[in-house]
Amino acid sequence: MRHLIDITDLSTQEIDELIAVAEDIIAQPEKYQNVCRGKILATLFFEPSTRTRLSFESAMLRLGGSVLGFSEAASSSAAKGETVGDTVRVVSYYADVIAMRHPKEGAPYAACKVSGVPVINAGDGGHNHPTQTLTDLLTIHRERGSLNNFTIGFCGDLKFGRTVHSLVSALARYTGIRFVFISPEELKLPRYLIENTLEKNSLPYEETASLEEAMPQLDVLYMTRVQKERFFNEADYIRLKDTYILDSEKLRLAKPDLAILHPLPRVNEITLEVDNDPRARYFDQAGNGRIIRMALIMKLLGLKA
Amino acid sequence: MNIDSIQNGYVLDHIKAGASMEIYKLLGLDKLDCSVAIIKNAKSTKLSRKDIIKIDALIDLNLDVLGYVDPNITVSVIENGRLAKKIHPQLPEKLTNVLRCKNPRCITSSELQLPSEFLLTDPQKHTYRCAYCDTEYNR
Repeated sequence: MRHLIDITDLSTQEIDELIAVAEDIIAQPEKYQNVCRGKILATLFFEPSTRTRLSFESAMLRLGGSVLGFSEAASSSAAKGETVGDTVRVVSYYADVIAMRHPKEGAPYAACKVSGVPVINAGDGGHNHPTQTLTDLLTIHRERGSLNNFTIGFCGDLKFGRTVHSLVSALARYTGIRFVFISPEELKLPRYLIENTLEKNSLPYEETASLEEAMPQLDVLYMTRVQKERFFNEADYIRLKDTYILDSEKLRLAKPDLAILHPLPRVNEITLEVDNDPRARYFDQAGNGRIIRMALIMKLLGLKA
Repeated sequence: MNIDSIQNGYVLDHIKAGASMEIYKLLGLDKLDCSVAIIKNAKSTKLSRKDIIKIDALIDLNLDVLGYVDPNITVSVIENGRLAKKIHPQLPEKLTNVLRCKNPRCITSSELQLPSEFLLTDPQKHTYRCAYCDTEYNR
């Protein structure tokens, strides 16, 4: 039985296969509409989410399967003090695959050890978010035709931004990628990622506080939101939340074929005027999330069209 | 100072001076009924000062703990009053229930009954990371 807890649970070959299936789903959606008939996806969301939960549910429904679950801890037995492990053991009897979001880091790892069905990490605190990474990889692949040979800038909250951590880990396994990390001092990428993922593999990277300086060299710009829920101290959040705002003026410095990605939701780090720029790809990216989750659910259930 | 010789048990030797109490706690030796001797600051030609622990029973010894605390420790296994085996513990690839993660956002910080798991990421620096949340620890 396979789980997806960390993006590195999948080999690059498996990721390439998922992307190929996703491309086929886009080309021939009708071929997939009954693949999961009779199967149930449980969405266990101990923390609120719109896109991730709905895209998981939409993915399963588009595959002809059914969904059940909860969308906040208050409406689950967690509110009564039940452990993650107990919840998952029980739900294993009710569903064929589980997608789980939890505010505590490592909760899906704890879950997969006792689950009787595949567990998908749908985000664990500020730690990992592998299906967002698959979404990002599919989007980059669709934009650039390959996952090799480009310069990607990550901008904003690189400390708590789990989507950033997972995407850096995933891209580190491809070739010819340069990383540019744009953040204030307080929100820099964690040292363990720099040392164990980038420096250990001699991958080129730079760290800067200036989005304007980094912009001209970028092929992909990955914007992130400064997440209020990750701060223990509200004063720090208020001080840092508007550090980077991407607007049309800054985009004048960018390449004409730049792809702007954002895991969403955005607050004000990308102005609305940017939405009309053809380089803004974040809404397509959100759509790609449903497609790649369809491919992932099929893989974990061992199903093919 | 006289410490009776052991018939069946272990001698943990070449413990870095001062580290014996940490090992005593991590191995759970306080829960044993048998005799346990802790010798602190013994003279050593190799270390100048060292600690020694003698355990007068062949308990299930967690060598991972010893390898983690100090891979230079030697373990002599005594059977029927004779040296049966000498073990040199290695730095373990995985530590279970030895460390607790200090990251307040880690699930093991709120669900205390979960077994702690740490994986060796850098043998040179003795760096481990929490298998749940990836928080790193250096010894």
